Amino acid sequence: MKKNLLAIGGIAIAIALTLVAAPLLSQRLAAGSETQGSEQVIKITAKMFEFTPSKIKLKKGVAVILDFVSLDRHHGFDCSGIGIRTDIWPGQVNKQRVVPQKAGTHEFHCDRFCGDGHEGMSGEIIVEE
Amino acid sequence: MYEMDRRDFIKLIGMGGAVIVMETGITEIVMEMGSSAGAATMPQETLTFIQLSDTHWGFNDPKINPDFAGTLKKAIAQINSMKSQPDFIIFSGDVTHSTDDPKERRRRMAEARDIIAGLNLKNVKMMPGEHDAGLDNGEAFQECFGKTHYTFKYKDVNFIVVDNASDSTSSIGDTQLEWLSAEMGKLEKESKIVIFTHRPLFELYPQWDWWTRDGAKAIDILMPYKNVAVFYGHIHQEHHHMTGHIWHHAAKGMLFPLPAPGSLPKRVQLPWDSAHPYRGVGYRSVVPKTDEYGYTLTEIPIAEV
Ligand SMILES: [Cu+2]
Ligand SMILES: [Fe+2]
Repeated sequence: MKKNLLAIGGIAIAIALTLVAAPLLSQRLAAGSETQGSEQVIKITAKMFEFTPSKIKLKKGVAVILDFVSLDRHHGFDCSGIGIRTDIWPGQVNKQRVVPQKAGTHEFHCDRFCGDGHEGMSGEIIVEE
Repeated sequence: MYEMDRRDFIKLIGMGGAVIVMETGITEIVMEMGSSAGAATMPQETLTFIQLSDTHWGFNDPKINPDFAGTLKKAIAQINSMKSQPDFIIFSGDVTHSTDDPKERRRRMAEARDIIAGLNLKNVKMMPGEHDAGLDNGEAFQECFGKTHYTFKYKDVNFIVVDNASDSTSSIGDTQLEWLSAEMGKLEKESKIVIFTHRPLFELYPQWDWWTRDGAKAIDILMPYKNVAVFYGHIHQEHHHMTGHIWHHAAKGMLFPLPAPGSLPKRVQLPWDSAHPYRGVGYRSVVPKTDEYGYTLTEIPIAEV
C-alpha cells in the first residue's frame, strides 16, 4: 500500500515537472518545432501552393521527426535526397522519422497535382555536416 | 536508353530529315524518326494525323501569351485551310487550364469543345491532362468528352489512348494497366502501334512531374512489340527519347513553352517574346512510314491564314 502511494506520488511529480518544463523547452526551439523524446519535431505545413517552412536545415546523422500537415487538400512530399516520399491528407496525422545521411541541398516538391500553381510548390532541405 | 542531343539531331537530319518550307513561309524541319539510317524514302499514300497538345483553355496571363484567346482558333483556321485534310486530330491533354471551381472547370471544357467543333475535320480524339482531370479524377472531362482511355484504328495503325492524368498520383493504375495489357494482347508483335499519353511514360524529370509513376510497367507491356511509338504532351516542348526500340515524342504546347528539363530552378512558363510571337508554340502532323518503322513528324508553327 505504501509502495503504491509512493509510486502515484512519483508519477504526479513527473507530470508536474513535465508541465513546467515543456513550455520552457519549446521556447528554446525555433517556431514550429518541438521535441518528441530527445528528437526534434519539425512541422511542415502544406497548402496550395506552398510548403511552410520551404527551407529546412538539418544536421547529418541527427534524427528528426517531420510532422506533415495539410491545410486544404491532398498534397504530396517528395525529397529523394533524404529518402522521404509521402502523401499529406488534410486531417490526418503524418509523422516521418528521418536521419539525413547525405550532406548538401536537397530539393523537395509536392508530387500530387493540386491545381494551378502545383508545379511551383517546392522547397529545399539543407543537410549540414 | 538514348537521349538525343543537338549533335544527334543534326546527324539525324543529315540522315533522313529534310528542311522544307511550309505554306506559311516559315522554314520547318521534317524529322524522319525511325530505323534504317539513310533509307530516305518518299512517303506513299498513307494516313496523316495531327497531334495538338496543351491548349490550356482558360489560361489568361497576357505576359505569357497575350493571344491566349486566339491561339487555338488560329490553329483551327490553319488546319481547316490545309489542302489535304488529316485523317484525325488528337488533343493530347491539358485541353483546359486547371481551376478549383467545378462549375468553372465545366464551363472551360464546354467552351473548348465549342471552339474545337469549328474544325472541318470531324474525327477528333480527346484525352485528358492533369489540368483537366487531376482534381476530380476525370469526372468533368468524362461528362464533356467521354472516355479517358480507349483504342481506335486507322488504316493499318492501332492507336491506344492511355490516361495517366486522372489519377492525381501521376499513375496509370493497375486496372488500366491490365486493360492495356489485354488490348496489346489482341495485336501482332509486328503491328503498327501508337500510344497516346499526356505525361511521359519514362522518367524524364520527376521533380517537375515529368514522368509516370508506374510508367515502367506500361513500357514493359509495350516492349515485346516491334513497332511502337508513344506520342505525349505535358512538357510543352518537342522532345525525342528512346527506351529500347520505342520512341517517345513530346509535342509543343499550344499556349506557352516550358523550359528544358531541369534547365531552370523552377518549372516556370516562359514569357511571351514580342520579337518572336508564338515562339515555342505549335502542333504537329504525323505520317507513319510505309515501308519501315517510325514516323515523319512535321512541326507546324502558329500563323495567321
Ligand atoms: Cu500536363
Ligand atoms: Fe500542360
